[in-house]
Amino acid sequence: MTRGRRIALVALTLLLGTAFAVAFVVLPRWLSEPPATPSRAEPAAPPATPKIKARIFHVSEDGQHLVAIEREIPFGEGTLAQARRLVEAQLERPAPPLVSAIPEGTKLRAVHLLDTGELFVDLSREASAAHPGGTFDEILTVYSIVNAVTENLPAIRSVQILVDGREVDTLAGHVDLRRPLHRGASWILEPTPRDRANQD
Amino acid sequence: MTTAIARQGPAPRTALPFSVISADARRPLATSFVGEALMVSLDDLAALFQLAVREDALAGGVTIGYKGRTVILTAGQALASTGGRLVSLPAPPVKDGRRWLVPVEFLNRALGPIYDVRLDVRKNSRLVLVGNVRVPRVAVRQEPSGSQTRVSFAINPKTSYTISQEPGRLLVRFEADALDAVLPAFSPLPLLQSIHLSESGQTIALDVGPRFGSFRASLAAQDEGGVQLIVDLSPAAPEQAPAASRGGPPAIPVPPPPDLQPPAAQPTAGALRTIVIDAGHGGEDIGARGATGVLEKDITLALARRLKGAIESRLGVRVLLTRDADQAVPIDDRAALANNSKADLFVSLHANASARQTVSGAQIYFFSADHAADDPRKTTMPPQTLPAFGGGSRVIEMIPWEMAQLRHLGESGSLAGAVEEQCRDRVRMNPSPVLQAPLRVLAGANMPAVLVEIGFLTNPDDEQQIVSDAFQNVLSQALVDGILRYRDVVSQPRPPQGTAPGPGRQPVRRRP
Repeated sequence: MTRGRRIALVALTLLLGTAFAVAFVVLPRWLSEPPATPSRAEPAAPPATPKIKARIFHVSEDGQHLVAIEREIPFGEGTLAQARRLVEAQLERPAPPLVSAIPEGTKLRAVHLLDTGELFVDLSREASAAHPGGTFDEILTVYSIVNAVTENLPAIRSVQILVDGREVDTLAGHVDLRRPLHRGASWILEPTPRDRANQD
Repeated sequence: MTTAIARQGPAPRTALPFSVISADARRPLATSFVGEALMVSLDDLAALFQLAVREDALAGGVTIGYKGRTVILTAGQALASTGGRLVSLPAPPVKDGRRWLVPVEFLNRALGPIYDVRLDVRKNSRLVLVGNVRVPRVAVRQEPSGSQTRVSFAINPKTSYTISQEPGRLLVRFEADALDAVLPAFSPLPLLQSIHLSESGQTIALDVGPRFGSFRASLAAQDEGGVQLIVDLSPAAPEQAPAASRGGPPAIPVPPPPDLQPPAAQPTAGALRTIVIDAGHGGEDIGARGATGVLEKDITLALARRLKGAIESRLGVRVLLTRDADQAVPIDDRAALANNSKADLFVSLHANASARQTVSGAQIYFFSADHAADDPRKTTMPPQTLPAFGGGSRVIEMIPWEMAQLRHLGESGSLAGAVEEQCRDRVRMNPSPVLQAPLRVLAGANMPAVLVEIGFLTNPDDEQQIVSDAFQNVLSQALVDGILRYRDVVSQPRPPQGTAPGPGRQPVRRRP
């Protein structure tokens, strides 16, 4: 009897174990088979951030002009966001032999857009404090920013540069920044084949 | 400014524009005929005179506000209520599309009584005078006298003037804000083809004929404070004209020789009296810095002092420096000194910098009005108070500072060209020697103005050269010669404002 009871107990344990396994492991796995597709959608490869091609301006090799470099920059939804991406790209240091006309360390603080198509580009204080001076250099500094925005974004008609959130007379004592400036095409030299070869 | 001359509706017949003359500016005002009445647009007036125009659709009229005072116009009525008083107008206001047109007399009859300064309309010479402006009446008559042709100018009140000769014409330029000129109906003569008022409004041009040889000018006092200037034109070849000294006081500038090309250095008497030299930067503002530590502010001061000496000794004109020490001078004060001392020229001295060391050579800049011509703020800026030399301040009404230099763009371009011409063989010039840019220090200068970048401190050769006495002497002399050269063309009529060049570089002359 004792022995028969022991066998029965073992049998019951096995049975319960099997039932447990079926109920909690096999069955759910089997049941979950059909809808598996949606739940398997763990984050697929992150969608590539869209890019646009834009013309960014740096100092020409002879130093006498600005040259446009075609670059891919992040896409921004809407004029304002795109303007921000553009100015950020314009502020990046180019790889040699290109030289930026913008003082090193200059950061973008904010951009504001008016209905009238004027963009305010608010730069960090380095734009002025770290400027090496000189009328010509200051012209190229200002127009590399103004041209980058106005060339790539036709909705923006003019650009006013602010420094540290405030309107300024000039960056370094020369170019009048009290009002928005229009695109200054005459400061641009159209790229030579060599410049094109340097484009990234 | 362009908003002021823009025409929108085709309905009224466009008429010749008026010029609005104030002490600091000359601005065009579009006009049109509606029937027989000469009308101006209220929008234009609002921009020029800081008016607030509000249409009252219900009452069918317009309210014009100025500093809390109002003028009320009613459609169809040739009347205006100005400051509570009724005045008559030659014609009722007219609505043309979206804008209102009012008779030009609105200015003196309706706006004048509530306006801060006197407004005067001179219909014959198409002028609106704002405040105290120098607008002498100049009645010109022409008559043949023997082999000569005589042109007389009755000038009232007495106003100083200069006469200069250019190929094909004589220019009589008056020291005035504008001229209330009466010119004769006139058919071309062998010695004189036409008489006309230049676009600058201060110069009367005599276009001489092919037989013209020389001229002689004399001055006679007239009653009531006026003077009469007599210019006798003589034919070229056979006989030299007898002196036409009809009892007048001393003849003014000796006529140039009969060949129509005056010699390069012949001074135009009285054209330059005061020149302001601006040493760029100063004090904490060191400007650009050379690799060996040369500071722009030191170079500009040294050169300014040297140039002052050179100009004074060679031209004998008064020279003022915006600073004569290592001190900070606010940028507005620099042009203000020139404006308040009625300078005839403003020359700002700077040393350049570039992100590339290889860039070198001098550049001459003059102003460009890149600033949005259609910038709404341009025409709606509040009156500006400027520091006056010697203390106090003065208010420039209705017009931003840029406008001051805009009037002189043509002359500033000539000055830049003349300076470059004299510099190019003596000092190293940049491949872009003459450039135009919206430079802050030039914007407010109410006279021909240039900014000279003498070389690049970031270029080792330039830096070494710039500090040398030899270079500074050569450059000073070249600048004096450039000013002299410019003086020869100082009386040329200015280009009309509307043709002000656009942004960026507009090389007057470039070397290949």
